[in-house]
Amino acid sequence: MMKKLLAPLILVAFLVGIQLLCRWTDTLYYLTQMTMAGYYSLLVIGLCLVMGYAGQISLGHAGFFAIGGYLSAALTTRNLLPFQKTFLVKALSSAGLLISGQDIYGEKLLVVTPWAACIAAVLIAATIAFLIGIPVLKLKGHYLAMATLGFGIIIYRVVLASSYFGGADGISAVPSFKLLPGLTVNGSTSDRVQNYYIAWTLVLFGMFLLRNLINSRVGRALRAIHGSEKAAESIGVDIARYKLYSFVLSAVFAAVAGVFLTHYNGSIGPSEASVMKSIRYVAIVAVGGMSHIWGALFMSVILNFLSLRGVFGSYDDAVFGVILILIMLFAPNGILRIGLGAKLKSFFQPKGE
Amino acid sequence: MKRFGIKMIVAAAALSLLTVPGAWAKTIKVGAVLAVTGGASFLGGPEARTLEMLVAEQNAKGGINGDKIEMIIKDTAGSPEKAVSFTKQLIEEDKVVAIIGPSTSGETMALKKIVEDAKTPLISCAAAEVIVNPVAKYVFKTPQNDSFAAEKIFQEMNKMKISKVAVLSGNTGFGHAGKGQIEKIAPKFGIKIVENEVYDKKATDLSAVIAKIKANPEVQAVINWSIVPAQAIVAKNMRQAGWKVPLFQSHGYGNIKYVKAGGVASNGIIFPAGRLLVANMLPDTNPQKALLVKYIKDYESKYKETASTFGGHAYDAFKILVKAIEAVGPNREKIPGAIENIKNFPGTGGVFTFSATNHNGLSIDAFEMMTVKDGKFMPYTM
Amino acid sequence: MFCCGWPAWSSHAGLSADFFMTFELFIQYLFAGITYGSIYAIVAIGFNIIYNTTGIINFAQGEFVMLGGMISISLLSFMPLPLAIVLAVGITMVVGALIEIVFIRWLDTPSVLRMIIITIGISILIREAALFIWGENVRSLPYFVGNEITTVGILGARVSPQVLWVIGSCCVMVLVLNIFFRSTSVGREMRACSANRKAAILCGINTRNMVTLSFVLSAGIGALAGCMMSPITYTQYDNGTGLAIKGFTVAILGGLGNSGGAVAAGLLLGIIEAFSVSVVPLAFQDAIAITILLLILFIRPHGLFGSKEAAGLREF
Repeated sequence: MMKKLLAPLILVAFLVGIQLLCRWTDTLYYLTQMTMAGYYSLLVIGLCLVMGYAGQISLGHAGFFAIGGYLSAALTTRNLLPFQKTFLVKALSSAGLLISGQDIYGEKLLVVTPWAACIAAVLIAATIAFLIGIPVLKLKGHYLAMATLGFGIIIYRVVLASSYFGGADGISAVPSFKLLPGLTVNGSTSDRVQNYYIAWTLVLFGMFLLRNLINSRVGRALRAIHGSEKAAESIGVDIARYKLYSFVLSAVFAAVAGVFLTHYNGSIGPSEASVMKSIRYVAIVAVGGMSHIWGALFMSVILNFLSLRGVFGSYDDAVFGVILILIMLFAPNGILRIGLGAKLKSFFQPKGE
Repeated sequence: MKRFGIKMIVAAAALSLLTVPGAWAKTIKVGAVLAVTGGASFLGGPEARTLEMLVAEQNAKGGINGDKIEMIIKDTAGSPEKAVSFTKQLIEEDKVVAIIGPSTSGETMALKKIVEDAKTPLISCAAAEVIVNPVAKYVFKTPQNDSFAAEKIFQEMNKMKISKVAVLSGNTGFGHAGKGQIEKIAPKFGIKIVENEVYDKKATDLSAVIAKIKANPEVQAVINWSIVPAQAIVAKNMRQAGWKVPLFQSHGYGNIKYVKAGGVASNGIIFPAGRLLVANMLPDTNPQKALLVKYIKDYESKYKETASTFGGHAYDAFKILVKAIEAVGPNREKIPGAIENIKNFPGTGGVFTFSATNHNGLSIDAFEMMTVKDGKFMPYTM
Repeated sequence: MFCCGWPAWSSHAGLSADFFMTFELFIQYLFAGITYGSIYAIVAIGFNIIYNTTGIINFAQGEFVMLGGMISISLLSFMPLPLAIVLAVGITMVVGALIEIVFIRWLDTPSVLRMIIITIGISILIREAALFIWGENVRSLPYFVGNEITTVGILGARVSPQVLWVIGSCCVMVLVLNIFFRSTSVGREMRACSANRKAAILCGINTRNMVTLSFVLSAGIGALAGCMMSPITYTQYDNGTGLAIKGFTVAILGGLGNSGGAVAAGLLLGIIEAFSVSVVPLAFQDAIAITILLLILFIRPHGLFGSKEAAGLREF
C-alpha cells in the first residue's frame, strides 16, 4: 500500500517544496510557469494513456485542448443580450446558468457562468472525441496519424476562420473562474499560490485516475491491445471499445486543461490549436517514455517550464524537433528507459566472455 | 598563508570594483515582447532589430539621465500564451519599467488586463483600434489606426469617382481588422462593396478568386488588405488576367521588398503609408524628414536590409518611452502620465500628440497616399 | 459538365453568375486547378516512391519542394537560371540521400509509430534550418519566360507561361519515372524491392541502396517542382508543411503506392479546390483538402484506385 502511494507523495512533497522554496527566496514568479506547465502536463498524461498504453498515435490532441479552451472562452465572453428573448436563453437564465457582466467598453453583457461553460466545453469535447474516435480508431499506423493530424488542422481552421472564436486574434478578456467560494482560477499575482495548487491538484487527480485505470482490467486490456491487436481480439478483448474509451478520456483531460489554462491566462489564441503544439505534446510523451506516465509528467514539466520561460529562445520548435529525432533514434522507449545501466555494464565487461 | 593571500586578492578586487566610476549607476530595464519568428516575423524581426540599434545608440550617448538602458527582448513567435508568460516574467522577475510590443493585436489584447493590474506601461506595436479604445491607463500604441487608412483610401476613391469596389483580405488579425473598418466606413463615403472574399494568409495563388471577381463587371477597383506574400500575388494575378482596374493596398505594404516581389505588376498600386517610404522626397521643412533619413541610413547600413514602416513602430515606441522617462524617471506609475503629456512629437509613423483620452497620438495626417512607379515608392498625386 | 455557353454580358441581371459561368472563367479555374493539381501529384508521387520501397511515409516530402526553390534562388546570384535549377535539384537529392543514411538506414525494424515521428522531426529540423539560413523572407525565382504580367491566351483564358512550365515539367517527370521503373534495370530492381523485400535480397539486389535511391529520386522530383512553381507561388521557409499534407491527401486518394492514381487524384483535388471558389467562401479552401482526406480515410482508405490488399501496411 505504501509503495503505491510513494510516487504521488514524492510529487506532493516536491510541489509543496518548490512553493515554499520560492516563497523563501522571494522568487514566487516561478510559480506562473509552473502553473502553466501543470496544465499542459494534464494534457500530456492523457495523451500518454492513448499513445503509450493503447498504442494509438494522435497528432491532433491540441485540437481537444483548443475545443475546451475556446468554447469556455467564447461562452463566457460572447454576449447573449441580443438573444435574450429566445427560448434557449430564457431557459438558461432560469436555470441560473447566465450571469451579467460588462464588456471592455462598459456595455452590459449577458454571458454564461464559467462553471456552466466549463462543463459544456468538456462535454462537447468528449462528444466530438467520441464521434471522431469511432471512424478514426479503426485506422492504423500512417492512416491513423494522418487522420488525427487532419482533425487537428480542421479545428485550427475553424477557430481561425470564425469570428465567434475571434479569428486570428483569439479571445481575450476571459473572466476568472470561481471554482468554489474562496478558490478562483485567474491570472492575478495575489492569487498565484492558490492557482498553482489548483493546477497541480488537477494533475494529481488525473495521475491518480490514470494510475488506477492502468492497473485495472481496462489498463490490462489496453496493454494487451498495444502488444498485439490480433492476440487481444482472440482472447475476447473488445478492442474498439477500449481504444475509444481511452481516446475520449484523454480528450477530456485535454479539454479540462484547455478550460483552466484559458481562464488562468485570460485569453486564448489559434496558436493553441496548431500542428506544432500537437507535435510538441507527442515529443514530450515520446521522450518521457511512451508508456510511462511519471516519465511523461516529469519531462512535460521540465520542457514546458523551460519553453515558457523563453530559454529556448527563437529555436523553440527546433528544440522539440531535435528531441523527437534523438529520442526516436536512440531511445525509443523514452529517456528514462534507455537501460543506461545495462548498456554501461555491457560496455565495461570484457568481450568474448 | 596561501588562503590568507587569496582572501586579500579577492578583497582587493572587490574594493577596486567600488572605485570604478559608474559601477553604482542604475540600469533602467525595459522589456520587449515581440514576434521575432513565426507568422508575424515580418513585424517582430525589424522591430527587434530597431530596438537593439536604438538602445545601443542611446547608451552610447550616456543612456537616460546617466542611467544605462538594458533591453530584454523576448520572442513570442506570435503566440498569446507565450506573450502572457513572458510579460509576467518581465514584470515580476526582471521588474522592467515598461514593455514595448507585442507585434500583433491578438497578443496585445491578451496582455491588456495583465499590465493594467500590474500597473506597468505597455507601448504596443500592433495596430488594432481596440487596443486604445476603450482607453486603458497603461496601454498605448504607436501604429496608425486602420480606420484612418481606410478613410484615406475612400477619400481617394471619391476623387477618382469610384463607387463600387471588391474587397480581398487575408485571414490574419490585421486583415480581419482592416476588413471590418472598410465595411464600417465605406457607406460614409458612398462606396458599395460588391465582392468580399477572405483568403488564407498562406495562399499561393489567387487567380481563381481574381477570375471570379473580375467576372463581376460592377467592380471598379480592388482593395487588398493583407500581409506579404498575398500583396504581390494579388497584384500579379490581377495583371496577368489583363485586369486594369486600380488596386489599392493597405498600410501593410510598407516595404520595398514587396514591390520587388510583384515586379512589373506592382506598378500603379495605390496605398496609404507612413512617410518613411518616401523620406528622401519630403521637403526639408517636414518635421519627420531628418529622423526618417537617419533611421533608414542607420538601419540599412547595420542590418543590410531595407527599412520598413514596421520597424518604425518600435522606433516610435522607444523614443516616446525615452522621452517619458527623461521627464519623470524610471517610475512605472508615472510614465503613462508623462506619455500623455507628449505633444507634437515627430516619429516615423507621424507626429504624435497624446492625451488622457488619446493613447495613440496620431491622426489621419500621419498617412500619405503613395503609389509605385517604375519599381519605386512615390507620393501619389491624382 | 457545366453549362458554359452564357456570354458574360447577359448573366448579370441580378442573378449570381456563379452557377452558370462563362467558358473563359471555366478555363481559368481549370488551369488553376491543373497547375496546383500537378504539383500535388508530384509530391504524392514522391511519397509513393519512398513508400513503395520502404513502407515509410516521409513527412519531410514537402520540405524537398521548399529546398529546391530556396537553393536555386540562392544560387541564382552566381550562375544562370538553368544551371541554378539543375544544381539545386542535385543538392536537394544529396540532402535526401543524407537524410536516409543518417536517420533511417541503420534503424532496425522500427515500428510505424517511430518512423512517423522521426520523419516529422526531420521535417521540423529542415524547416528550422531553412529559417536560420534564409530568414523568414519570401522569395522567388524570376519567371522563366517574360515577367510577372505576361500571359498567353489559351481558349480564352489568360495564363502565365510559367503555368505551362509547371504542367509540362510534371508531365515529363511522370513519363521519365514511368520509363525508369519499367525499362531500366535499376528501376526494375526498385520495383522488385517494393514487391517483396526478402525475395529481392535473395536475388542479390542491394536493398539498402535501393532505399537510398528512393529518397534521392523523391527529393529530386520534389525539388524540380519547387523550382518550377517558385515564380508563381513564392518560396518561404514554411511552404513545405502545407504541401506535404495536400500531397499526402492526394497519395491516399489515389491509393497509397499507386503513382498513376496519384496523378489522377492530384488533378482531381486541384480542380476541386479551384472550382470551390465559386461556391464556397475562399477562406475554407484549405479545409477542403483536409475534409477530403478525412472522408477518404473513413470511407475508403485504399483510395479511389487502390486495392484493399495494397492498403495493408508494408513492413519496413
